[in-house]
Amino acid sequence: MSNDRDIAILGVGMHPWGKWGHDFTEYGMVAARAALADAQVQWKDIQYVAGADTIRNGYPGFVAGATFAQKLGWNGARVSSSYAACASGAMALDSARAQILAGFCDVALVIGADTTPKGFFAPVGGGDRKHDPDWQRFHVLGATNPVYFALFARRRMDMYGATAEDFAQVKVKNSRHGLNNPNARFRKENVIADVLNSPIVSDPLRLLDICATSDGAAAMVVCSMDFARKHLGNTDGLCRVKAVGTVAPTYPQSVLELPDIASDSTAVVPAPARKWKDTIAFAAYEQAGIGPEDIDLAEVYDLSTALELDWYEHIGLCAEGEAEGLLRSGVTTIGGRVPVNASGGLACFGEAIPAQAISQVCELVWQLRGQATGRQVEGARVGITANQGLFGHGSSVIVAR
Amino acid sequence: MSETLSRVPIIDGWFTDDIDAPTLIGAKCSQCGTFVFPPRSSDCPNPNCDSITLDPTPLSRFGRIWSYTENCYAPPLPYVAAEPYEPYALAAVELAAEGLVVLGRVATGVRAVDLKVGMEMQLELDVSHRDADHEYMVYVWAPATPGSEAAQ
Repeated sequence: MSNDRDIAILGVGMHPWGKWGHDFTEYGMVAARAALADAQVQWKDIQYVAGADTIRNGYPGFVAGATFAQKLGWNGARVSSSYAACASGAMALDSARAQILAGFCDVALVIGADTTPKGFFAPVGGGDRKHDPDWQRFHVLGATNPVYFALFARRRMDMYGATAEDFAQVKVKNSRHGLNNPNARFRKENVIADVLNSPIVSDPLRLLDICATSDGAAAMVVCSMDFARKHLGNTDGLCRVKAVGTVAPTYPQSVLELPDIASDSTAVVPAPARKWKDTIAFAAYEQAGIGPEDIDLAEVYDLSTALELDWYEHIGLCAEGEAEGLLRSGVTTIGGRVPVNASGGLACFGEAIPAQAISQVCELVWQLRGQATGRQVEGARVGITANQGLFGHGSSVIVAR
Repeated sequence: MSETLSRVPIIDGWFTDDIDAPTLIGAKCSQCGTFVFPPRSSDCPNPNCDSITLDPTPLSRFGRIWSYTENCYAPPLPYVAAEPYEPYALAAVELAAEGLVVLGRVATGVRAVDLKVGMEMQLELDVSHRDADHEYMVYVWAPATPGSEAAQ
């Protein structure tokens, strides 16, 4: 599987996810050095650094590309810093990919790292910022992120008959997947009762339905196919980025999405047939020239257990309203036809925002290389990631070998 | 409600202060007719329309629940939580005429267990919180009064 828009993933690396409160660049350095070692590329030979920003760590986080380049030791590489909330890592990869495909550079480091506060995320910036929609949703409504996760969960229950046990089963599945993942923060097998006995946070979602916020870092070294050929002698068996889908919505965005207070109006322009979160993966499929039937595994953004079920439908694994059936049939469990979140997902990692979309790609690479010890999806050749960054940032990456 | 506190909206310009029949204040494009909430005075969001001007317009008081939830823990600042904290519901309500889904708190005392997707709701005003001088009012969704226009 190749075309003239492929780039190669030479190396990947992560710092394990956890909660230590250290300087986020410490984690980033560990991930960067692991990715460089995996790629067998020297830092001084990297020509472009695409950083995914963190907004909760002051100025160094806003200029992540420069921050990491400086910490690794200025080497003359050009830098960029991308912010797209949870999609920041995909946007950074998109930036590096565009530079490589345009011929402006041959080899790039893509990197994201975060240190997160405890508890609910609150608006960044402080003070009374009455024109900031993020401030408005907290002040006027108390609409935390889990409120939005819960709206989608409740809709699945009332529309499709999803149950609290279905949601819990997603956590149970992912907790088993992540048990042997050395980078996962939570490596404890959960049973249905653990989830159902945890306190309700935003009805119907319970504490164990909702992902934690974590510290962590992920990085990868990507390059042109020419560079890969010179570096390795050939490109046999290399993981390739086939597509990066970073689509924004098309008006009217008729689904109420985090962090909006209202949807767009469908009074004048009808809602598009394919809604935004359905377009994210399909834009990637179109770039790669494949369809959902070609996918061997998926890493999707399980900010909540119920949102993982939504993603089954958004990425085309089943029709709307059928995700619970797919889960119950075991299709999305390792050993099934299309395992979802073989890494353990956010259920086992918690979210380290700028690192998360990159970590999804790292997992695909380990899986496609057959290096995912203890959680291997046998014979996997093609994988997809999907996630959604606040304020309309789609993120879907297809990797194949 | 205290007699000495002055009653002010929690945010300016989003809803009327008619305590018996409040409405949300949206914006309507003078050219293509699409609606926007929260309100703003310029820049139609319809990419097929180049209008700069949006006019304030009252939105329907009645709609149906798109989805709902309940906050079992106090949201962080800038939400001002009562002490002791009382869980409250939120609902996203679909307004048929405007084609909008609007998120709001649900009236005090109405909990998630009382709600259902598709249920008819109406707009009311409720006290959000108080400080030494003010009583801050917020729009809330409440189950529609039987026989109201929502049922039609």
